[in-house]
Amino acid sequence: MFQTRIHGRGGQGVVTAAEMLSIAAFLENRHAQAFPNFGSERTGAPVVAFCRMDDKEIRLREPVMAPDAVLIQDPTLLQQVDVFQGLRQDGFMLINSARSFEALGIGDIARNMNPLRCVCVPATELALRFLGRPMPNAVLLGAFARLSGRLAVDSVAAAVRTKFSGVVAEKNITAARAAFDEVDRQLTQQAGVTHS
Amino acid sequence: MSHQPVKFYQTGTFTVGNRLLDESIRSVQATKTRSNSLNSGHRACQGCGEALGARYALDAAMDVSQRQLIAANATGCLEVFSTPYPETSWQLPWIHSLFGNAAAVATGIAAALRAKGRSDVRVIAQGGDGGTTDIGFGCLSGMFERNDDVLYLCYDNEAYMNTGVQRSSATPPAVRTATTMPLGAEPGNPFGQGKFVPTIAMAHRIPYVATATVADLFDLEYKVKKAIQIRGAKYLHIFVPCPLGWGAASSDTIKLADMAKECGLFPVFEAEHGKVTGVSKIRKLIPVEDYLKLQRRYAHLFGKAPATDVISKIQARADENIRTYGLLDTDVR
Amino acid sequence: MTLKQIEGSQGVAEAVALCRPEVICAYPISPQTHIVEGLGEMVKAGQLRAEFLNVESEFAAMSVAIGSSAAGARTYTATASQGLLFMAEAVFNASGLGLPIVMTIANRAIGAPINIWNDHSDSMSLRDCGWIQLFAETNQEAIDLHIQAFKLAEELSVPVMVCMDGFILTHAYERVDVPSQEQVDAFLPSFEPRQVLDPARPVSIGAMVGPEAYTEVRVLAHAKQIQALTLIPEIAAEFKAHFGRDSGGLIQPYCCDGAHTVVIALGSVLGTIKDVVDELRAQGCALGVLGITSFRPFPLMEIRQALLGCQRVLVLEKSFAVGVGGIVATNVRMALDGTGQKVLTVVAGLGGRAITKSSLAATLVAAMNDQLEPFSFMDLQHEVVDRALGRERQIRRSGPVAESVLRDIGVVASKIS
Repeated sequence: MFQTRIHGRGGQGVVTAAEMLSIAAFLENRHAQAFPNFGSERTGAPVVAFCRMDDKEIRLREPVMAPDAVLIQDPTLLQQVDVFQGLRQDGFMLINSARSFEALGIGDIARNMNPLRCVCVPATELALRFLGRPMPNAVLLGAFARLSGRLAVDSVAAAVRTKFSGVVAEKNITAARAAFDEVDRQLTQQAGVTHS
Repeated sequence: MSHQPVKFYQTGTFTVGNRLLDESIRSVQATKTRSNSLNSGHRACQGCGEALGARYALDAAMDVSQRQLIAANATGCLEVFSTPYPETSWQLPWIHSLFGNAAAVATGIAAALRAKGRSDVRVIAQGGDGGTTDIGFGCLSGMFERNDDVLYLCYDNEAYMNTGVQRSSATPPAVRTATTMPLGAEPGNPFGQGKFVPTIAMAHRIPYVATATVADLFDLEYKVKKAIQIRGAKYLHIFVPCPLGWGAASSDTIKLADMAKECGLFPVFEAEHGKVTGVSKIRKLIPVEDYLKLQRRYAHLFGKAPATDVISKIQARADENIRTYGLLDTDVR
Repeated sequence: MTLKQIEGSQGVAEAVALCRPEVICAYPISPQTHIVEGLGEMVKAGQLRAEFLNVESEFAAMSVAIGSSAAGARTYTATASQGLLFMAEAVFNASGLGLPIVMTIANRAIGAPINIWNDHSDSMSLRDCGWIQLFAETNQEAIDLHIQAFKLAEELSVPVMVCMDGFILTHAYERVDVPSQEQVDAFLPSFEPRQVLDPARPVSIGAMVGPEAYTEVRVLAHAKQIQALTLIPEIAAEFKAHFGRDSGGLIQPYCCDGAHTVVIALGSVLGTIKDVVDELRAQGCALGVLGITSFRPFPLMEIRQALLGCQRVLVLEKSFAVGVGGIVATNVRMALDGTGQKVLTVVAGLGGRAITKSSLAATLVAAMNDQLEPFSFMDLQHEVVDRALGRERQIRRSGPVAESVLRDIGVVASKIS
């Protein structure tokens, strides 16, 4: 079972991101379960959502406390919420930011993890560029597909199309693919660093 | 052969509904084909205004709907006196659910009929003033604002009679009830409280709102017939004296209903889409005192030292109604 | 059938729509709102021919349902928590009148303190209202139970609540198999009411009954529930024949054969319990699980039968009877009357507190080692309770209890669970 936790703020589509992730897994004939960390949260409040993926039926209903991957849609949460709670050292970390881990003040944490599994992606900037709106959720899923290697980016695209329609869906998908490429570029570069 | 005395009814008065009139202008009550929706044998008190009102209203509704009528009833006297199982006075499909939900139950019936394409069947809800203006008010307002296809009939006898004459929001000021005793500095029900639901109904801009009394059978039947033919929410507020709760003679029910209208305390009018469209004028204005005196619920205002100040405050309410609704036809006088 | 990855609420909305309801009453309350929103959308889009009413309260929702069901229309509504309590008088009335309304309960805690999260306090508070109460373990089962519920309700002329855990199921996206319209039509006949408000054959419904017959009328309501004990498994079997799936029934035993300790629970927590039990069984623990699908009627004989041979029963409950203890456990004790089997109650998941595998495993191990109190609360912060009690002993004007408790616990916004 692969468990992902998504952190963001109300209005950023955190819950939708987890749902799309589960749909992408479903489209690859896997079992998936997405659910929000339920609350009556208003716009701007910290929001958490979860997604489990497995090859067999998922019966477990507890919140994801030891995630395999953490997606941070809003880096301002880093100082506010214990977003890395339970994250394994060999887990995945994806942060929506144009800055480095050091600049974000989490250099210590990142250094303790596998560098090929930790990435910052400027998802909001990509969303603004392709969508014209600062909605990082679908964009980050493209990045997540490349980082985790658990999903095909085409599945993410198909999942996006179930939640958005027409031009909005296509723009989101374009942005998601750009994020996929960005992660690919960073990982290739990182692999070079690691091997040299 | 015994002699059957034939009572003489003067034609042309508003109380006549009898068979001496030309057939075309007889009331539904005067016809042999009336449905007797609330059939005889029920357990209402002698002189019960609510029983009369319900009988007049439902027979008229049955007549105009060609007996395609369903009724939802709130808890109250009307429900209790008409139906202890296995007996029932109701000659139409009838349901009693709760005290405060008659309007919503009727909404549900109307929705079911719409779902089944039965536009021929009409729906009424009915209850007393407690079930309408107090506990059932939320459901009533909901039914109004959705403009559900229901005619709501409120039989207003100005207190909770079924439970032993307690004050409702339709109880007028100064009235003695079991919960507003004639004691202390302000005996009876206080001034400055209560509500008049017909005007609140009008504020919902529903197609039809009217008031009526059991003293004017033709007017009551006319309003029921008119309302039942309108699609959407309708409200008819019927003034029904209660001999028991008011401490009045059972033979005075019609008289008291007439006097309430003639003194101006109960305005009789109709309104469409929130605007008053017709008013029953006062034929012979009487002072409120004449009306109050006949009822023991006002007895504390009279006696050795009459509470003239309180009586004049009640008169002021009547006068205000007369002004507001234009109840006096000054041209004719 | 179509496999879909959708929200539980959407799945239920689709299942209800497949049952061709004629009248739907909607009033918003979390966490059931998405269900009626989904139905409203289908009606607006013309995919579902039904009367959809936005009413002014839950009391009105159930009252409208009473009217429409009495007028012969298949009727549906959904609610939760405060909403269920707000309509309580009408809920009792619907069953008293014998109206086969189907209602989803998206289980949620009851205030005060106001709490929107899941537990079973709402359904349990109305367990004796005369409705049948079915609890779904998964969203698939929630879908299936709704389809079965209409059949059950209409066959017996008794209303049915389908209870599903709020948020945990209603807001969870998971794979569900949504039947086709043809399949549902073949399974569920059109509604033939036992009583109906019909101008062609007038009847009086809901009149007064005195001491001379009230007992008999109530016993007949009980008799309907007893009939349901036979009918629920029959309908589940028929459902399987039509849809090829095991869903519903009275109880669902899991690894009970040879188990020394059996955990009893209702609803979605059964999944987590099964995962824990599998892990403990792999370590040699003789554990089993018994899911109760039908809480009303309560299948006394079936439960007694399923628990034959086990030494100890641990009832995990998402609500409790304040001042006494377990609710489900009390019923289970009735089922085990005279057997001498030990019944332990552990209350968990109140107001949405996460029921974790680790806490469950610790509780089960403690139970197996006879180290569990007969009545206990999982993950209870005892020190917080003690401090609040201490404060009340010391200070007369100790203030709102809930506020002091939260001050003691401190900031929670940063916690995941």
